[in-house]
Amino acid sequence: MSARLAFGAALLALAGLAAAQDIAVRGGTVYPVSAPPIENGVVLIEDGKIAAVGKAAEVRIPDGVAVIEAAVVTPGLIDAHSAVGLTGYLNQEEDQDQIEHSAAIQPELRAIDAYDPREPLVAWLRSFGITTVHTGHAPGEVVSGQTLIAKTTGDTVEDAVIVPFAMLAATLGEGAVVDPRGGNGRKSPGNRSKAAAMLREALVGAREYLAKQSGDDDGASRDLGREALARVLRKEVPLLVTAHRHQDIMTALRIADEFDLRLVLDGGAESYLLLDEIRAARVPVIVHPSMTRAFGERENLSFATPAKLLEAGIPFAFQSGFEAYVPKTRVVLFEAAITLQHDLTFEQALAHVTLEAARLLGIDDRVGSLEPGKDGDLALYDGDPFEYTSHAVGTIIEGVRVSDVTR
Amino acid sequence: MTERMRACRRGGPWTILPATLLVLAAPGMAATTAFTGARILPVSGAAIEDGVLVVDDGRIRAVGPRSRVRIPRDAERIDLSGRVVIPGLVDTHSHIGNVAGGDRSDPIQPAARVLDAIDVRDPGLDRARAGGITTANLMPGSGWLMSGQTLYLKLRDGNTVADLAYRNEDGGFAGGMKMANGTNSIGEPPFPGTRAKSAALVRQRFVDALEYRRKIEDADGDDAKMPERDLGKEALLEVLDGRRVVHFHTHRHDDILTALRLREEFGFRLVLQHVSEAHRVAAEIAAEDVPVSLILVDAPGGKLEAKNLNFESPAIVERAGLDVAFHTDDYITDSRLFLRMGGFAVRAGMSRDKALEALTLAGARMLDLDERVGSLEPGKDADFVILSGDPFSVYTRVLETWVEGRKVFDLDDPQDREIADGAYGALTPAAAHFHGYGEGHR
Repeated sequence: MSARLAFGAALLALAGLAAAQDIAVRGGTVYPVSAPPIENGVVLIEDGKIAAVGKAAEVRIPDGVAVIEAAVVTPGLIDAHSAVGLTGYLNQEEDQDQIEHSAAIQPELRAIDAYDPREPLVAWLRSFGITTVHTGHAPGEVVSGQTLIAKTTGDTVEDAVIVPFAMLAATLGEGAVVDPRGGNGRKSPGNRSKAAAMLREALVGAREYLAKQSGDDDGASRDLGREALARVLRKEVPLLVTAHRHQDIMTALRIADEFDLRLVLDGGAESYLLLDEIRAARVPVIVHPSMTRAFGERENLSFATPAKLLEAGIPFAFQSGFEAYVPKTRVVLFEAAITLQHDLTFEQALAHVTLEAARLLGIDDRVGSLEPGKDGDLALYDGDPFEYTSHAVGTIIEGVRVSDVTR
Repeated sequence: MTERMRACRRGGPWTILPATLLVLAAPGMAATTAFTGARILPVSGAAIEDGVLVVDDGRIRAVGPRSRVRIPRDAERIDLSGRVVIPGLVDTHSHIGNVAGGDRSDPIQPAARVLDAIDVRDPGLDRARAGGITTANLMPGSGWLMSGQTLYLKLRDGNTVADLAYRNEDGGFAGGMKMANGTNSIGEPPFPGTRAKSAALVRQRFVDALEYRRKIEDADGDDAKMPERDLGKEALLEVLDGRRVVHFHTHRHDDILTALRLREEFGFRLVLQHVSEAHRVAAEIAAEDVPVSLILVDAPGGKLEAKNLNFESPAIVERAGLDVAFHTDDYITDSRLFLRMGGFAVRAGMSRDKALEALTLAGARMLDLDERVGSLEPGKDADFVILSGDPFSVYTRVLETWVEGRKVFDLDDPQDREIADGAYGALTPAAAHFHGYGEGHR
């Protein structure tokens, strides 16, 4: 091939990746998730949105619309909690923005001011069919900062983000306690009750701030941290509390009750001990990655937790979590897959990386299932998506093919 | 969980029975047992449908299709219809058992033995059994140029490390020597500050060991002329004499070649461990005929040396003709999920046969244990795993793990299931292993 021809082919390939947002996908099996699987199905995407889903014989594909095929088609997967984009794969100081240790409580830290949509870990997740990720400040301080929800594409944070302030990330238990060797130059919180006291104090302060701000005192000075906490108190955003030990989970429930706020429980290694309490509090759980390392406050984790949450009627979703070392991210597809050995069915596992995750994150009006009107976000596989030996063969976001590697 | 561990955990010291009693009371102890009806993947040969595995006195007596294997009349028969049987898995690199080697006083500590640190009651051993692992190379960390002597462990029932350790023909403890290069072993003095210094420090120690050997040879049996005993140099001579294989933690392409260069200079036997960039220097490794033990994790990065980690690496080194094994590096990956690594290698193009061999016989070869374990062949130890289905399917579970003809893990046992699944208190606190790095830089 001549150099010119090769260059032309490269241009064509690029055009193929970033075509207009009309595309049709034929699947040997299409899993809409919101409806039963369709054999020989078609998903038609027009202008980035799903226009039709149905049997091949029933969905007319307009002339000129590109058609791609795959053995299995699912909604784009949703990673319900991660730190990618703030944490980078090199794991060097300059690509680690997921946590700021100068203070225990920093609700004013916005994830949009740190998220790197071009981080290779984002592309890594995208190549496995993950199209939406809830990411942001990682566990590790009492209030570590805000989170966002982004599509796993886009060159700028503005392109990528669909919810700029999704949740406020907090931590209880050992994860919030400062290193006794004084690594961060602070003494507090030195234990779990101090962490809880600091969180309550911050919420009390924000409540008073809210009361003042809603008065006629125009001269009240703004406090960005309290503004962020006030949004939690007004139930505009949930408080995402990472807690693994049973006593820390109970502390989270107690604080949610005291301040009448929307709580999302994160991690929950021992949540299976508190099924009645969590259900009664109507709190959803973003369960720890199945394969996260079982030591420290996660020493009692169980691969069977998702099945127990499901049986108890507690809403939950899977996550890739935050990893401080190798591997720098997990892949939510694989974390869900492990539960197939632990009492979850294929359909249940799939729902909790798609529609159930979307519901938990409050974005099910846009993503999570293959229904007309929703975003044209699809994941393509050459077999059972959860099988070790299957491959992700393509990812589509809003009608644009954003990954065509086989992995 | 083994019977002895179970007995210890159930009650106080007064319930600990003499070992002999427990052995007599253990299940699966019929003189001869025939496991029938399973699909057997012996690794040393083709798959056997409706297979028969005859076990006698801890050894495999026969293995083959039902039509070809004569089952002794007095044999206990265990029906495994619908199951899949594979050899016990061999993990060439693990940190279960709270292993520790040298301390921070010296980057090169050949005298330190993990033998003297291993906690055989660490639940990591139970997790390994739950994952089908029957043989493991327990290694000290990679934060040293040479962190100490490794130990090859048989995950049989036992009360002490001596009960579990593989022995050499002379009765000594079988194990290798852990070495490392690249960033993990770099640090403040006396640790090296650069790669070149790392290599120079190691070379000097080997040169010193050769000098020690010359003095011993010069003494020619005369005690008066013998040099003062030096445990570190003695261990290095075991390495130089090929009696102790070097397990070399190395990631980057240039570090891999440095390991090969050291081997060429000093002639030690070498297994390359981790080898994240093996795919970039596969031909060079193949030219030296050095085996590699690989690890796959869920994403590249986490440290600079792992940024080029490639799922296709196992397939690439297979095509290059290398002998390739896998390892858990537990805690880096959980021993309960070791089979998953083979599945991932197949996903990225490795042949299924080689992937299963990499989890079993190839690892046995790298530990000099392939005469005893790694495949299902007459005369070998009866170490095997009973699976619910295909070894590389995410739907498959390890149902039972057998070592020397005795069951050491049974998913139907409630306590064992808690270890396999995780449950409150099932896995008591175990020290995290992070290669001397701590849990990243929070």
